[in-house]
Amino acid sequence: MEYEPVIGLEVHAQLLTRSKIFCGCSTSFGEEPNTQTCPVCTGQPGSLPVVNRKAVEFAIRLGLATHCRIAPFSLFARKNYFYPDLPKGYQISMYEHPLAENGFIEITVNGIKKRIRIIRIHMEEDAGKLKHGETPEKFPYSYVDFNRTGVPLVEIVSGPDIRSPQEAGEYLRRLRAILQYLEICTGDMEKGTFRCDANVSVRPVGQKEFGTRTELKNMNSFKHVEKALEYEIKRQIELLRSGEEVIQETRLFDANTGMTVSMRGKEEAHDYRYFPDPDLVPLRIDERWIEEIRAGLPELPDQKKERFIQQYQIPEYDAEILTSSKAMAKYFEETVALFPEPKVVSNWMMVELLRELKRDEREIDQCPITPRHLAGMLILIKNGTISGKIAKDVFEEMYRTGEEAEKIVKERGWVQILDRGEIERAIEQVIEAYTKQVDEYRKGKEKIFGFLVGEVMKKTRGKANPQLVNELLKKKLKE
Amino acid sequence: MDLSKLTIHDLHELLIKKEVTSREITETLFQRIKEVDRKIQAYLLLTEEEAFRQAERIDHKIRQGERIGDLAGIPIALKDILCTKGIRTTCASKILANYIPFYDATVIQKLKREGVVFLGKLNMDEFAMGSSTENSGFQITRNPWNLERIPGGSSGGSAAAVASDECIAALGTDTGGSIRQPASCCGVVGMKPTYGRVSRYGLVAFASSLDQIGPITKDVTDCAIMMNAISGYDPLDSTSVPREVPDYKQFLIQEIKGIRIGIPKEYFIEGMDPEVEKSIWEAIELYRSLGAEIENISLPHTEYAVAVYYIICTAEASSNLARYDGVKYGFRSAEYEDLLEMYMQTRAKGFGQEVKRRIILGTYVLSAGYYEAYYRKASQVRTLMRSDFEEAFRKVDVILSPTAPTPAFRIGEKVDDPLQMYLSDIHTIPVNLAGIPAISIPCGFSKDGLPIGLQLMGRHFDEGTLLRVAYTFEQNTDFHLKKPNLS
Repeated sequence: MEYEPVIGLEVHAQLLTRSKIFCGCSTSFGEEPNTQTCPVCTGQPGSLPVVNRKAVEFAIRLGLATHCRIAPFSLFARKNYFYPDLPKGYQISMYEHPLAENGFIEITVNGIKKRIRIIRIHMEEDAGKLKHGETPEKFPYSYVDFNRTGVPLVEIVSGPDIRSPQEAGEYLRRLRAILQYLEICTGDMEKGTFRCDANVSVRPVGQKEFGTRTELKNMNSFKHVEKALEYEIKRQIELLRSGEEVIQETRLFDANTGMTVSMRGKEEAHDYRYFPDPDLVPLRIDERWIEEIRAGLPELPDQKKERFIQQYQIPEYDAEILTSSKAMAKYFEETVALFPEPKVVSNWMMVELLRELKRDEREIDQCPITPRHLAGMLILIKNGTISGKIAKDVFEEMYRTGEEAEKIVKERGWVQILDRGEIERAIEQVIEAYTKQVDEYRKGKEKIFGFLVGEVMKKTRGKANPQLVNELLKKKLKE
Repeated sequence: MDLSKLTIHDLHELLIKKEVTSREITETLFQRIKEVDRKIQAYLLLTEEEAFRQAERIDHKIRQGERIGDLAGIPIALKDILCTKGIRTTCASKILANYIPFYDATVIQKLKREGVVFLGKLNMDEFAMGSSTENSGFQITRNPWNLERIPGGSSGGSAAAVASDECIAALGTDTGGSIRQPASCCGVVGMKPTYGRVSRYGLVAFASSLDQIGPITKDVTDCAIMMNAISGYDPLDSTSVPREVPDYKQFLIQEIKGIRIGIPKEYFIEGMDPEVEKSIWEAIELYRSLGAEIENISLPHTEYAVAVYYIICTAEASSNLARYDGVKYGFRSAEYEDLLEMYMQTRAKGFGQEVKRRIILGTYVLSAGYYEAYYRKASQVRTLMRSDFEEAFRKVDVILSPTAPTPAFRIGEKVDDPLQMYLSDIHTIPVNLAGIPAISIPCGFSKDGLPIGLQLMGRHFDEGTLLRVAYTFEQNTDFHLKKPNLS
């Protein structure tokens, strides 16, 4: 029997406000432990929360960007559970009345477009961080750092619409791009500003009902999410094929083994005893404010993609990748402004540039080649100063050193040979050296031509203009 | 002249006339505390040093000829549920026995700005859960009128301290009657303001949607003075209301002609003490004779008040008290092997019986499968009770009732019967559920010499009318002038 996976994702994204969601403390990252705290975010007796208006605005931005309906009335609720990183013994979240509902994100996988529904977006506060002593003997304590406590989060809950790990990855990348375009989240999974839990089940293809699901946690990169899902789907299918059952439980992904392991079962699941937080009044969001925020939204990935296709006449595939992050799109547009051949720019970015960045695990805003440098190199190709082949070496040097193409070309003598005399001399040398091959060519074995061109290029250390080599060699061989 | 027996407004006159100094008043109060608190046990902590420093500052101002406010230099004491920076705040709970806040409650900041002299922190039922102050984790406070009787609760320390002249006035908090019922038991004035009138920031939460800070004073004038000082919107409390605060002293007028007073039939219940009933009817007759219009009214959902209250307040308490986990501050049990055991041992040993009872009840009513039947239903009935009052206030300006069904009961009498204890708040609870203001004033004494209290309830943010009606009663009676004999 064939099975298909059903996946829903819950993403927690830290909002980039300067102050925390319910107090005035700074959200600054990496400070000394417990220095960004006050009575409110350390849960002192008698302290009270006050909602950060900016955090609400950011969450509304996300709701609008994902086509959600913004609730005119939403309510903060308490999620009750005990843990040392949770100073009040409850997390202020939203439950029955979330901020935004019923939206979607469009993804493209293998050329097929698909809408993933957004069930709800709600706001909540982040918890603190625990630091454990190294060994029980040496350092028997655990410590709590409340600097992160109260940093605003949005939780984005997708519909159970995702059918493969690739779709999950694509959904996450698209969601992250939206958050970044909106400038409300850094979207860094490794640093935990963008976190993802997954609900996974499998069912026989064609069946309508969902199978028993498990919840996956502890996935700290896009790769982890895809790997964990692949493993879990396989695990569930194998269980069903061998006549066993999937147990509803929470499972942790182990990045070292690539496996998921049981954390807690359904019976041990928390009863969070949600109820409306009496310390906070309901959030009433009027239409005017929503429209104000809507009017201030930046161009979003989908809109930008459409514009790129129209304005730059590049294929949808290119446009999709070039708009996958705001920084990438900006890089592209800056380069095109200096070198107005969009498809050429796109090719260089998608092939050479992305390969280098991927190898070094760098983001595009950390790229040593600036848009001005890339355009400068493309101009050198265009005006014939360097060949396309040499350009690849120049590109690598630019990436390595951060220098301009012109300087590299000059210093290393990589200027293209356009001098007919010089090329003809090289051609004569090749014809002399390979008389046998020349004869075969002349007898009609045309394939040999490529070989001879290669030899001429070698002689000129790749600097000869390929068109000229072609033209002059053909002429010479006809003689 | 015994300065400790005077009111805020008496002492203010003497201070501005330079007939006494704040230092003298403060000395007298600490002397009084030393004499009688052995018997009353109202104080958990005295802040003598800081009190004298503050008194000196005010005296200096007066000597410099600076104008001072009504409360400058006046010794006041605080229920130990209000956070005071650098001064231990325990909520009369072992779990907070060593807790020293690093911030001041908003009301404390306001009173500091007024130049108030703080004498110390007062006993209460642990986390304000109780009606007798017997639930204190530390000591039992006695009723100054009869040391075998309870002072009421949970602000029993506050009411007893005011009644025994161990402070000039006090702050209490009221979640289901915790200011009014002890004020009634001790023969003093206590007001629970409208929910949202006074900032809760720094009030250690018991039930957030019901808690409100208010004054306990020797007379209605002092109540108005205290209300002026503590009222007002606070950006740190989202539930406080941005609404202008009138000068409450302007309502201290002896004129109630045409004021309509409602008598709710549901409040005159079976089991009400006949002496209480008699005093209340005498009060009603007095009002009638002074020109008020007396109307019979109905608040039909009153019978559900206690049930609704004990669902909502316990639910909120179970969540509010989750922070006392031994991790960050307060008591932590020494006996534990792992995290779960640390939580369980700390909370088992740190909380008293009544607090644990309410945490368990509250956890239950919020649990999956019970939420709809209990918490949601209670919230709905609460809305109905609010409408009862709205309806009634279309016909009348204030509603009058006894504050408590009986005078102060004996220490130990109801400790083992929580339901009986809960019923002592039957007249005060609906006010908190509706969020309206109410005041309790002395209106008589039982044959045994125990005070009886009269409760007046008003419209949202209409503390002014309550003060006016209360003041008129006070001006025509002398119950508030009687003092317990503590020698």
